[in-house]
Amino acid sequence: MTADRPSMERRSPPPPIGISVERRDARVKVTGAASFTADLTLPGMCHAQLLRSPYAHALIRSIRTDRARAMPGVVAVVTARDLDDVDLLYGHAIRDHPIMAIDRVRFAGEPVAAVVATGPLEAAAALQEIEVDYEELPFVTDPMEAMREGAPIIHPTAGELGSQRGFAEAEGPRHPNVSSVSRHAFGDVAAALDRADVVVENEYEYPMIYAYAMEPYVAVASWGHRSLEVWASTQHPFLIREELARCFGLPLAAISVHVGYIGGGYGTKGYTKIEPLTAALALRARRPVRLALTVEESILTARSVPARIWARSAFTRDGVLLSREARFHMDGGAYAENSPRIAFRTTRRFAGPYRVEALDVEALSIYTNTAPSSSYRGLGSRQGTFAGELQLDEAAERLGIDPVELRRINLLRPGERPWPGARPFDADLRADLDIVAERLGYGSPLPADHGRAICLSSADGGAEPTSSALVRLHADGSITVMSGSAEMGQGSSTVLAQIAAGELGVPLECVHFLHSDTSLTPYDRSTGASRTTTVMGLAIQRAAADIREQLLGWARELEPSAEVRAAPDGVLIGGEHVPWHEVVTRWFGAAGGEVVGRGYVRADGVTAESPLFWEVGCLGVEVSVDRETGRVRVERIVTLGDVGRAINPQLVEQQDIGGAIMGMGPALNEELRYVEQSMVNGNLWDYRVPRTTDLPEIDAVLAEREDGIGPYGAKGGGEASVNPIGPAIANAVANAVGVRLRRLPLTPERVWAALNGEEASDGESRPTGEGQMDGEGGSGA
Amino acid sequence: MSRSISIGLEVNRRPIRLDVAPNETLAQTLRERLSLRGTKVSCDAQVCGTCTVLVDGRAVSSCTFLAADADGARITSIEGLAEPDAGRLARLQRAFVERAAFQCGYCTPGFLMSATALLAEIPNPTREQVIEYLEGNICRCTGYDAIVAAVLDAADEAADDGSDGRTA
Repeated sequence: MTADRPSMERRSPPPPIGISVERRDARVKVTGAASFTADLTLPGMCHAQLLRSPYAHALIRSIRTDRARAMPGVVAVVTARDLDDVDLLYGHAIRDHPIMAIDRVRFAGEPVAAVVATGPLEAAAALQEIEVDYEELPFVTDPMEAMREGAPIIHPTAGELGSQRGFAEAEGPRHPNVSSVSRHAFGDVAAALDRADVVVENEYEYPMIYAYAMEPYVAVASWGHRSLEVWASTQHPFLIREELARCFGLPLAAISVHVGYIGGGYGTKGYTKIEPLTAALALRARRPVRLALTVEESILTARSVPARIWARSAFTRDGVLLSREARFHMDGGAYAENSPRIAFRTTRRFAGPYRVEALDVEALSIYTNTAPSSSYRGLGSRQGTFAGELQLDEAAERLGIDPVELRRINLLRPGERPWPGARPFDADLRADLDIVAERLGYGSPLPADHGRAICLSSADGGAEPTSSALVRLHADGSITVMSGSAEMGQGSSTVLAQIAAGELGVPLECVHFLHSDTSLTPYDRSTGASRTTTVMGLAIQRAAADIREQLLGWARELEPSAEVRAAPDGVLIGGEHVPWHEVVTRWFGAAGGEVVGRGYVRADGVTAESPLFWEVGCLGVEVSVDRETGRVRVERIVTLGDVGRAINPQLVEQQDIGGAIMGMGPALNEELRYVEQSMVNGNLWDYRVPRTTDLPEIDAVLAEREDGIGPYGAKGGGEASVNPIGPAIANAVANAVGVRLRRLPLTPERVWAALNGEEASDGESRPTGEGQMDGEGGSGA
Repeated sequence: MSRSISIGLEVNRRPIRLDVAPNETLAQTLRERLSLRGTKVSCDAQVCGTCTVLVDGRAVSSCTFLAADADGARITSIEGLAEPDAGRLARLQRAFVERAAFQCGYCTPGFLMSATALLAEIPNPTREQVIEYLEGNICRCTGYDAIVAAVLDAADEAADDGSDGRTA
């Protein structure tokens, strides 16, 4: 079978496409000159500090602020009651999130009042003088408890649907603490189960984690005359602008959201966070205000969405996957934030890159009295892939088929539609699997207590195809690329500049790049879902084509009788080679002038079908397990970047390596925990992210088959490693020592307990099946 | 407000005198008083290594190091790492550029300062020594692989040139 190639023009890429050119931000980042939002000061700028609720659920009877207002250096003390001219509710999926608590707090750590002062210490001192009288309410911090009858109702009135919800809700009655229900189903599951020889059914759990972007949330807001400027460490400036416009009743054009360098994002700097609050404080203070959260406050602003998962997969005795079912209970926290969309994505990502004739997946996003959740790299895919890939290994054991072979049997082929109406599959994962197996030495002898596994993933990548770009070619031939995509370290400013340089045949040094800025760069929906190279890359390609077309027209106007043809870096006018910029100056008849190219992407042409591409993962690991301590060490990782075309191979490899190490965290250590009403380890002493000493040997491989819809056949790949590494480590541990743990992270205690047939004493015991493999798990059919 | 303390110190080879608050951290002095914002603060609790600067050649977390304790000390921050006159990047900085040993770049100044201290102490470290030495610096983007490789590159290059690896 051959790939169902998207019908777009194919040509061999011009330089510098495919070359690992130096990152544009390299010099400023190694000299300390790169300016982050955290580094910004404005004349007259004041500093804000927030008073946060100690209670998970309470009514606010009263707030006394008079003593705080009298403290030295205090410019303003603000509560929700002081903001009656502001629409306090925001939320792109559900408008349920007050920028500060209104009469009720819903999680321990929720902002209740703010002090704006001339310095951060003065603001902190004044916070101590605010008195809040709370009336405690029954609370619920566990998502399963929240679904019970009689559980405290967290939002007595359901929020309105937000403008960026992006999917249809499943019908039917629901518990008031369920903020959204997504379902994805096709085929006849009952018939598949009837025909099945082996059915694997179990429960799994993916933990609540924190991305730890190293620049904590920070924003600066400054009001002009009916206009607002906000500087923010954000991936989604245009979506923030939309929320600000609604909260403050401003036209979009009156709001400027400026993005500098971003100190880490990974999805957690997507959508709106502290920006409306900062703007509200600046409104009351009548001064520019900076709100800079600590890491501890940032954890309480946006942790990830954990999942309790029931899943069932049915196979024939030959290993053919017939059906998959799953039900995800996902703890979205006190406010919906992005959790409805994450639940929706989960339903599309659970089945993985496998052919199934029937599927039934439901995901519930649940309100609890815990910190709000947010997107985090690989959203929905990490949780779904964990359950799905563990089930494949469980099935392989019962079928007596090698786990890699079982995957090979069921992998989607290029051009197959994973479900009716979906974009045809655009990756050759069989070939990828062979590469990874070979590099990993799959099947070769291993030392005692070592194990290997290869896991795969597939996610509907690219989010929405709504982007625009401007490319300006100046009178000296230099170029300004204006893209709303945020440079958060992934290298987009380098890759997009490479595309512009390649398309216009100019040296890379001639291309300059503006940071994302809603008042300067044209609309881009978001930076996330690995969409920038594909979607913004197309917009820039089209803007460059628009420049070429305009300049050809201008050349024909200038020389109506001559033959005018395009050259790679200019036009041929009657055989004379004229560089682009000379056409510009000749046409204007002046020393100056410029041509502005426009590029738009919408759901049309190559971007008409959904998803925009399949973001696939194929990753192998070798682990060792210390039987004495239960400690798991990742010895080797083989990553594979199936990105169609690597515009800058070094940057793609960096995405794969960085994603793999990031994904090791929740596989081995990371888990945020609630005890009673509070998060008990929401700080970096107690929450350990991977360190240099965890670094295994890594082999990063790229597979470039030009099978994406993006420029030169590119497609996204920023989440390719982070999605499959969790289950790969868990399956490799099972391969090493014969215990299958269905709950991450695989802490030494849990592994040791499983090895010794005991129950881990690190908290509540859950039916997530920790124990010896023999004779447990699943039911035969 | 509390009394201030008068200190004299050398920052990136320039002598400076200033009055600091008793509770003022070196990171605050560098960032807020001297506008040297290349030094970043993340955890603000001596866990992540982001704010690392050199105090008399020793790598310290400036977020928890009191400015008053820097009296008489020689401080090097990321702004002082490049060769002072030519503005040429230090060997380590060049290695970081070549390996793309950063992504968002927020932790990069801290890594460069820690690695500078490492190479001053151990000019030809093994991979294990680099990994061990940099354990106190967190990076969330790169997965450390390129950083470790860049530090080894810089050490190799220094060994080839017979210099100490600290400057070009």
